Amino acid sequence: MNSGRWMRWVWPAVPIVGALVVTSLLLVAFGAAPLEAFQAMYDGAFGDQSKTLSVLAFWIPLLLASTGLLITFRAGLWNIGIEGQIVMGAIAASWVALSLNAPAVILIPLEILAAMLAGGLWAGLSAVLKTRGKVHEIFSGLALNSIAIIFTNYLISGPWQPPEGGTFRGTAPFQPNALLPLYENSRFSPLSLVLAIIAFILVVIALQGTFWGLKLKAIGQNLRSAFLLGVSSEREMILAMVFCGALAGLGGAVRTLSWFDSLRQSISGGIGFMALLVVMLSNYRIFLVPPIAFFFSMVLNGSITLQLRTQLHSSLGGILTELMVLFVILFGDWTKLGFSRKKEDDG
Amino acid sequence: MQIELRNIRKYFGPVKANDGIDLTFEGGKIYGLLGENGAGKSTLMKILSGYQPQDAGEILFDGQLQNFSSPADALEKGIGMLYQDPLDVPAFSVKDNYLLGRDRRFVLNYQVASQELEEMTGRFNFQLDLQTTIDNLSLGERQQLELARLLVGGAQVLILDEPTTGISTEQKEVLFGSMRKLAREEGKTLILVSHKLEEVQELCDHAMVLQKGKLVGENEVPCSNETLVEMMFGRIPERSERPDAKFGDTVLELVDVQVPTYRLTIKNINLSIQKGEIFGLAGLEGSGQRLLLQACAGLLHPDHGKIMLSGQDVSGWSYHRMQNAGVGYAAAGRLEEGLVAGLTLEEHVELAKPKHSFFINRKELYKETETKIEQFQVVGSPVTKADELSGGNQQRLLFALLRDNLKLILLEHPTRGLDVRSANWIWEQLYLRREAGTAIIFMSADLDELFERSDRIAVFSGGVMSRILETKETSVDEIGHLIGGQA
Amino acid sequence: MDSSPLILTLASIVLASTPLIIAVCGEIITERSGIVNLSLDGSMLMAAMMGFIVALETGSIWFGFLAGMAVGALFAFIVAFGSIRLRQSQFAIGFVLTLLGDDLSAFLGQNYTRIPGPMVTHYPIPVLKDIPIIGPIFFNQDIVVYFAFILVAITWFWLFRTQPGLRLRSAGDRPEAGFARGVNINFQRYLYTIVGGALVGLAGASYSLNIKIGWSEGITRGLGWIALAIVIFGGWSPIRGMFGALLFGATKALATYLQRTFPEVSVVAFNAIPWVLMILVLLLVGSDFTERLVTIAPKSLQKPLQRLLRISPPQALGSTFVED
Repeated sequence: MNSGRWMRWVWPAVPIVGALVVTSLLLVAFGAAPLEAFQAMYDGAFGDQSKTLSVLAFWIPLLLASTGLLITFRAGLWNIGIEGQIVMGAIAASWVALSLNAPAVILIPLEILAAMLAGGLWAGLSAVLKTRGKVHEIFSGLALNSIAIIFTNYLISGPWQPPEGGTFRGTAPFQPNALLPLYENSRFSPLSLVLAIIAFILVVIALQGTFWGLKLKAIGQNLRSAFLLGVSSEREMILAMVFCGALAGLGGAVRTLSWFDSLRQSISGGIGFMALLVVMLSNYRIFLVPPIAFFFSMVLNGSITLQLRTQLHSSLGGILTELMVLFVILFGDWTKLGFSRKKEDDG
Repeated sequence: MQIELRNIRKYFGPVKANDGIDLTFEGGKIYGLLGENGAGKSTLMKILSGYQPQDAGEILFDGQLQNFSSPADALEKGIGMLYQDPLDVPAFSVKDNYLLGRDRRFVLNYQVASQELEEMTGRFNFQLDLQTTIDNLSLGERQQLELARLLVGGAQVLILDEPTTGISTEQKEVLFGSMRKLAREEGKTLILVSHKLEEVQELCDHAMVLQKGKLVGENEVPCSNETLVEMMFGRIPERSERPDAKFGDTVLELVDVQVPTYRLTIKNINLSIQKGEIFGLAGLEGSGQRLLLQACAGLLHPDHGKIMLSGQDVSGWSYHRMQNAGVGYAAAGRLEEGLVAGLTLEEHVELAKPKHSFFINRKELYKETETKIEQFQVVGSPVTKADELSGGNQQRLLFALLRDNLKLILLEHPTRGLDVRSANWIWEQLYLRREAGTAIIFMSADLDELFERSDRIAVFSGGVMSRILETKETSVDEIGHLIGGQA
Repeated sequence: MDSSPLILTLASIVLASTPLIIAVCGEIITERSGIVNLSLDGSMLMAAMMGFIVALETGSIWFGFLAGMAVGALFAFIVAFGSIRLRQSQFAIGFVLTLLGDDLSAFLGQNYTRIPGPMVTHYPIPVLKDIPIIGPIFFNQDIVVYFAFILVAITWFWLFRTQPGLRLRSAGDRPEAGFARGVNINFQRYLYTIVGGALVGLAGASYSLNIKIGWSEGITRGLGWIALAIVIFGGWSPIRGMFGALLFGATKALATYLQRTFPEVSVVAFNAIPWVLMILVLLLVGSDFTERLVTIAPKSLQKPLQRLLRISPPQALGSTFVED
């Protein structure tokens, strides 16, 4: 009995350590010293103020997307379409930035609203395809992701191409009024942090403290029983997706209005998929999400310095985080590995 | 070939599905295997056909010990089982389905398949479209194909599990004709697992009755139905005096209702239930009672006839609308269709409330749940998860979740798996409801319960509802007959 | 002169579609056994990288292909093992592997970017290549292309005309029935997931060794997702999958052509067509539109139409099977 409880505390660290070990082995195979590499990553993240601020700036959209995914995962949905929702949010914000001329006090709220609306609707589309059309959200998500990216490319190379001609990289920089106010010379927008915190708190309250959150939990666990208890699954699923999409869209707006200053080709930078990994790694525990997202941001930003300093490809950061998630998924549940004494006896 | 089963035992946890069964089957005869649900018939046959291994005991063919590793292995040795839902592949074509696992030949030989199938269908007068896919066939046709496959596969012994549920009368005649032919002309052994006494009388030579995992009786057939009924259901229960209740206005009325599903269609249902009445539905699993309950709950809808709740036509109303109109429903599968395994008791209580506030007041909810726990004597705390409760407590929880002041409560097997004390207590709660004017319709496999608790009873058999009986004026025998399929 | 621009374009479409065709066949096999291998995109990237590097270092194209197949098989094995033995979500595992494959291939291949490497030799088939129109398009290619089409035929034959194919399909359509007939369901799933994965790896390697010679970060990115989509809207059938892949290649070529002729009109929209198609087809599958369509059609056409339009997924796709 004692070993059981001990295991439950210690075991979660094993996959994480395992990932670190495998990554280190990878580094050694490339003739690099693991400690040096990790040090480079750390310096890359926190070496000086501007770097730390970059970590913060990257963290915000990731946190927003992850927060949104907490809602959809709670409802048992695989919202792979989050990438597209981020992109559509960015597009909507860009549209406001490029179409209107107004002081920042008006522009910025409008951009935020537009972004949340666009992201929400894009997610809602996936949701309706699922509830009415029985199309699995993974596939509608994939399709809508691609369509959103194609749409971005179309806009950048077409109606929104910069006056000097399209390089297919991005639109011309937006008017200063449209951009989020940044802290000093960094890409970090304190406003976005405030918004992210508010969003996170709201989601925590919604999931833990409201009746709606409880309904989602029931749907995610047992659709049939939830139905018999009186929960209308269609409506709740759609709402869950829409709210997630809105948060993702907001993340897209933050990306395009602070990290960048224009709409770019890969505006989301893979943040949507990363957010899925964050939530998976946290094992769907709400309060682990912000620190894990921060960890991801740290690793990914640090990897850029890693590349500069050690000539090792920056994808190492991604490898580390992805190995962690893989090992946690495969080996995180130690009861399924055959160590436990529980006999699976179903009759 | 002579089949002998010696001291077969199979346990599922504490449940003794087969508790030391000895049976012998001779070639050339048709046997009927009877028993209530949970008597152990299916388990025994699954063991005999190789689908699952026994925990103890032996199977002997002509005195030789047998050990089956799989149903395919058993078929090779001569035993095949036709399941109620045939184990075929709906997406496959008829020929592909026939050829699956048939031999080791690499390339599929459709000509051979056609030949063999045509020969089989000719022999037994099956009318089958061999060019189509399995999911285009009716249940009866799928059965015929499975039968053909088993025979070609070398089955000397055929087990048929409730084969006549869901097939047409013509198909039944064809099936019975083929069974007789196989036994009389080809010397094969047939075992018919059924609860339809009439069919057993019509077809079988010998009947065996299982009850609670043991063999309780055997008889040559045809015999009197009473003999069989008594073996199946045991002693006639003591009839307790139930207080006469006052009934109110009609709360539920079914007029000429027909509810179609893939497997079964219930027809010509005419029913009128009054406030405060307790109405029992008897019959064995799959006979249609469940469909009736689901139709009254709005989970299924009739394609003919009307359902009226307090005078209003609710035939097409959705389940949630019925819920809000005062209809409560508790399914038999507690964790599959009623409770959410990972949610706590207080979360269930919150979900089941008719009116909700936006925010959950945890403190109040805790107290409310505690009250309910006390009221319904659930062993658990508000933060215990539903799957951590015992079966009896899960049932109590389901009850606790029913709303107040309901017009109609629909229950599937309300006391299944409960000890006597819990069952009694549940019924006390139901009596309280009934005094307040709620009508109750419930289905049960326990004849004692039906007798003791219902004001009136109807029996379902093969999708047909019998005439409605006043409990005071009927007997176990009559019920047993009706269950066996005699109107 | 049979090298008109149209002919050449069509030939290049056939060539460019080859990796997709091979990957689609592989994933069809996997999904028919009941497992969804969501790691396709990452697998193909890893295979493209490994294939190229091994071919470069060993000087042999064939070792390169073998390496690609090994990588694809490994990724697929992880999905199968994690799903069957460890009972975790196929989707989750496949998804992480996709991202991991992307990053890992970028990392491991970092010293090999933009290096010229060995390529599959051109191998026009004598006699056949001189058939007007069809000849230059289909028979003036290389061995990988021929393999792709032969693979489609073999896959079709295996799935629908052989006993092993029946067993495979039973694992994905109704495992209980397969079990009753003596099929070892989990073995089928392991086997065909690995085989399918190897084919996916082959497809990835064929990209870096045959289409876009050499390795650079993310060269096959997106192809895996598209292959997954084609499997669905090709109805889990290799022949329709082949047409789907060709169609995809054609729309891409069409887009490039239109872009050149009408530079003002942004025809990037053409790239969206396969995706819109996929959603539409999935909607069709979910509804009973196809059934209604078949009932409207003339009697004689009904059966063949039904077989043609059968787009339903293997019923047991994505679920676990536990023997008694």
